[in-house]
Amino acid sequence: MNGLIAGIVGGLRHIGELTINGIWRLGFITRFLFAVLLASGQSLRRIHLTIRELFFSGVLSLLIITVSGLFVGLVLGLQGYDILQRYGSADAVGVMVALSLLRELGPVIAGLLFASRAGSAITAEIGLMKTTEQLKAMDMMAVDPLARVVAPRFWAGVLAMPLLAALFSAMGIFGGWLITVVVIGVDDGAFWSQMQATVEFEYDVLNGVIKSFVFGVVVSLIAVFEGYDCKPTAEGVSRAITRTVVTSALVILALDFVLTSFMFRG
Amino acid sequence: MANTDDRAPPLVSLRDVHFAYGERSVLSGIDLNVHRGQVVAIMGGSGCGKTTLLRLIGGQLKASAGVVEVDGQDVGKLGGSALYALRRRMGMLFQFGALFTDMSVFDNVAFPLREHTDLSPAVISDLVLMKLQAVGLRGAAGLRPGELSGGMARRVALARAVALDPMLVLYDEPFAGLDPISLAIVGQLIRRLNDALGASSIMVTHDVHESLEIVDYLYFVADGRIVARGTPDEIRASSDPFVHQFVNAEADGPVPFHYPAPPIDSLLDVRLP
Amino acid sequence: MMSRTALDLWVGIFVAIGFAALAFLAFKVANFSALNASETYRIEAPFDNIGGLKVRAPVKSAGVLIGRVQAIRFDSDSYRALVQMEIDKRFEFPADSSASILTSGLLGEQYIGLDAGADVEPLKDGDRVLLTQSAVVLEKLIGQFLFDKAAAPAAQ
Repeated sequence: MNGLIAGIVGGLRHIGELTINGIWRLGFITRFLFAVLLASGQSLRRIHLTIRELFFSGVLSLLIITVSGLFVGLVLGLQGYDILQRYGSADAVGVMVALSLLRELGPVIAGLLFASRAGSAITAEIGLMKTTEQLKAMDMMAVDPLARVVAPRFWAGVLAMPLLAALFSAMGIFGGWLITVVVIGVDDGAFWSQMQATVEFEYDVLNGVIKSFVFGVVVSLIAVFEGYDCKPTAEGVSRAITRTVVTSALVILALDFVLTSFMFRG
Repeated sequence: MANTDDRAPPLVSLRDVHFAYGERSVLSGIDLNVHRGQVVAIMGGSGCGKTTLLRLIGGQLKASAGVVEVDGQDVGKLGGSALYALRRRMGMLFQFGALFTDMSVFDNVAFPLREHTDLSPAVISDLVLMKLQAVGLRGAAGLRPGELSGGMARRVALARAVALDPMLVLYDEPFAGLDPISLAIVGQLIRRLNDALGASSIMVTHDVHESLEIVDYLYFVADGRIVARGTPDEIRASSDPFVHQFVNAEADGPVPFHYPAPPIDSLLDVRLP
Repeated sequence: MMSRTALDLWVGIFVAIGFAALAFLAFKVANFSALNASETYRIEAPFDNIGGLKVRAPVKSAGVLIGRVQAIRFDSDSYRALVQMEIDKRFEFPADSSASILTSGLLGEQYIGLDAGADVEPLKDGDRVLLTQSAVVLEKLIGQFLFDKAAAPAAQ
């Protein structure tokens, strides 16, 4: 009996500990965000620092985003056609593909891919710089690592993410068109005209872009934070990379629900 | 050896410095002076707080009590830009060099120049090659840090640390993990660069023999206190038991071989009759 | 490490591709130029029953998209639904035009059809369409049909 009570108390204490830890971390990451924003002047003034990071987080993510977008579009086209033709509205497959990509799949999947491709690389890079004392060395050379290392990576991620999500959606719609119009034989005119009549720029496209921007901020922040905050050991870096991917995925999916419930309630 | 004028105010001066990580006291009551032109070694076993001492001087940590002064400024009270202004006149060599892995050797040495000066690329190039020449690695300018041996990386880091002609150079374990030849090279470079720049140097190390060759003054730290000090000649002649143990690398002495523990007899399960 | 110019070029290509994708979404997918760029005026129409009409549902005339439903609210004085619509400024309608709630296909989405009247005065911003026809509610229709069937033999 006493053992049971002790177990419950222990469990509760553990939950409390986790909660306090989580809140403390949330506060910490918020403070970190402000510090990065304050240190951002340099990454905007010396734009080549940010351009360099845009290469790593943007250009190097092009391939995975393009290919994944195409495949997701192909699958959406196939499944959408299969379902819609039962109700005699196969023409609406373009609408279905476009709306699901623009509103949800584009920003979300691009965000998840971005977190695992670019986010993990950012964490690894900053974590390694911390482990090998490069950040401290920079600080001792009177160069603020937040301004020189963290801020350019953060801003590059924020800029790259909406573009990657747009590319993902565009490739997906192209994939849907390829499978339904070219392969299956849905009417080309109906595919596009139904899509254009239904999809609204301000509502569907813009909200998708806003979503991807938010995901870009969140993933970039998590990636630079985990790298900057990791334990300076090989194990610490590998844990930080895992945390970047897992936390980003969870936050993207949760935030997507929140954003959707605000944006698409009609 | 450099001239040391004891009447001039010291460049670095620590007065009754205490430091603790949370509850754990690391340094207690450190008094230490470094005069201009001197190379000073801070020696002690692993984990005795000597690296902490270096971080206090560099302003990476703040003392819990006491004053750390560099060039007349209280490092602990400096914040933000004032601290950075001071650090621009300091160089630091980290334990394993801490070269930027995403830049070439040339760019590593050029980094402080590009960050802190408006010099033209041609002038920077000349300066960088001069610094690399001084450490004997001008030919390695195009290599990446990953392609360097430990000793070469240390020398490149040294060139980077003195790129801005600092008044004070801090060395964190400059000899750790080097073969005897590289070790001698780095030791000679520390002395030569110090004298050529008219700078002062503080190095934290446990390599007593190399240090005795090149430094002007030594401090021995144990348990967060300075237990012995003196010029190399005084240290060699010292009869202090700690210094004796350290210099002669004896396993047991004032620094005990055993971590504090109850007598082993009481723990043995098999009792002898 | 690649040279600075090659890096700039790649990043330039990346940004260009990204904006091309955005432009594709805006113009080819969403038909950005058709309605959204132009200015609109607002009219409202009372309905007895709006059925399943939703905010942002299309407003069509002769089958062409001319605007969208902007808001739907309940008027507690007349116990009717008030539907606010935004109509493209390029399209003018006579003041006595009529609005009806229609369904695209048997089970498709509901939209508002605007039929032009004969008045010389056009509908202006804030005007109200008085002639309206409510949504056809399938349950009511079936109920009515059954009621008629039941009533018919008794009358004979």
